[in-house]
Amino acid sequence: MKICVLVKEVPDAAVQKRIDPNTMRLDRGGEKNLNPFDTHALEAAMQIKEGGAIPVEEVVAVTMGPGSAVRALHKAVALGADRSVHLSDDALAGSDVCATGYSLAKVLESESPDLVLLGQQSDDGECYTIGAVVADHLRMPSLTQVIKIDVNDGKLRCERQAEYGYDTVEVELPAVISVGDAINEPRYPSLKAIMGAKKKPLDTKATGDVGIDGGMVGEAGSKTAVLALNPPPAKEAGEIIEDEDTNETVEKIVAWLDERKLI
Amino acid sequence: MAGILVYALHDDEGNFNKNSLGAISEAAKLSGEIGGDAAALVVGDIADDACASLGNYGAAKVYRAKSVPEGLAQPIVDAMAKVIQDEGISYALFGGGLLGFEIGAGLTARLNAGVTMEVTEVKVQDGKLVSERPILQDSQIADVGYVSEPGIIISRLNAFDTKETGGTAEVIDVEVELSPWSTKATMVQRGEQRGADVNIEDADILVGGGRGLGAAEGFKLAEELAESMGGAVAATRAVVDAGWYPYAAQIGQTGKTVAPKLYLAAGVSGAIQHKVGMQNSENILAINKDPNAPIFEFSDLGVVGDLHKIVPKLTEAIKAKKGG
Repeated sequence: MKICVLVKEVPDAAVQKRIDPNTMRLDRGGEKNLNPFDTHALEAAMQIKEGGAIPVEEVVAVTMGPGSAVRALHKAVALGADRSVHLSDDALAGSDVCATGYSLAKVLESESPDLVLLGQQSDDGECYTIGAVVADHLRMPSLTQVIKIDVNDGKLRCERQAEYGYDTVEVELPAVISVGDAINEPRYPSLKAIMGAKKKPLDTKATGDVGIDGGMVGEAGSKTAVLALNPPPAKEAGEIIEDEDTNETVEKIVAWLDERKLI
Repeated sequence: MAGILVYALHDDEGNFNKNSLGAISEAAKLSGEIGGDAAALVVGDIADDACASLGNYGAAKVYRAKSVPEGLAQPIVDAMAKVIQDEGISYALFGGGLLGFEIGAGLTARLNAGVTMEVTEVKVQDGKLVSERPILQDSQIADVGYVSEPGIIISRLNAFDTKETGGTAEVIDVEVELSPWSTKATMVQRGEQRGADVNIEDADILVGGGRGLGAAEGFKLAEELAESMGGAVAATRAVVDAGWYPYAAQIGQTGKTVAPKLYLAAGVSGAIQHKVGMQNSENILAINKDPNAPIFEFSDLGVVGDLHKIVPKLTEAIKAKKGG
């Protein structure tokens, strides 16, 4: 079977993220990391491939984004993907969740995957939703926030935590599954894999190549609009103690607790 | 188009989820301003009385899809999409949790509709709904409007309070034809409880343990500290998923919501999914070695340091103080 893994480049966690006040979009200038949750999705794909319960011919990394997003694809192939696909088109800029999910579904459709894996969330806000949007467009069953996948008789047996405890769900293929970070420990890429990453096949596609309706994407095709950005309600900043002398730190904590009659 | 449809999640005993009830109350308030009814959708064979009781929270109508199973999103997407289209409903509202995200996202694709998530407040502007959504680790609030209807709103956990107004809802049965792909996922087991059944909701003092504890054994430190203060131990989803601590102790999006007098976070980064379950604690004290941990943004006292050094000494100091 063919597994497609959706990946995306996100800002470094340590970098102060900001919104461009003119476009009201996330300033993506500081981006350089593969979304950490996506590394778990790649690892899940590799474990299915290596597990042998079902033959996997190919693992394909797929991303949507500007030219710099190829960095995420290079990291994905260094982690084991066989090749990658980059959907890149100026027409996509400013797409909201609805338009992004549609675009990703179209590029995935051109690959006819048997399984689509992705990280359950990214730091930049499309939390939990993209997998389920893509799945409905592809007319595939879907499950999000999965922390265990077993392959049995050509079906997936998945576990995840939902509102009332842990659910076990059997999912037929083809399917779209988003994974949580408890699913595995991603491997580190070898130096050889990093060096070889740029040599693996990378297809760049424009919207027209995968049949995307231009009227449904980008800012003009989006169904939501950011009307304003406001600071959150002011909250009194808490006190911060740097632990230099632990005895002193503990004294301060005890005094703080005592003052509030908590001990 | 008019009105707001809320998905009313229930457990296997038919008890409705508190966040769904809050969303119904919110829908009732908002529909009073934009016109139309607040309605709820219930799946499964839930009794007339139970469905009608949603009127107490403000639902005027309850659509019941008896043949649609509870617990997996896609069949419920089919049901919600049908009711929204047949009745010309303007907005779908979800009270957080996990299924709300999945169903809302599925509806986005199905109806080519705009979606906002992690919404903390909904307001009315020019007769339309606008979502307030914190972004970038809650450092800014975006006001997001919808270009067209229907619009889909997925709230953050505990965003809306329940309001009991009295009254009963009209119950309307709907027949839903499931999409072929909606029947390709089947529930094998729902709501399995993993680990001991502990009570954290009644504790005045909670020590919350996260990844920073290092391993399952690290929870001993949290337990000793909690014991010294007469409190209980709670946990983040990451450590529960890792099997370090029981699910019953978990706080956040798919766990419990607590508001103790003291929440002492030990090695908890403070991800939004955790924050939503404990941010109403009276006092929040955080110990974390990462000075950039989000928990310091909303703690009253933040201690930057190694909890493995600090917590044992703190436990001893509290014991000494209580003994003396």
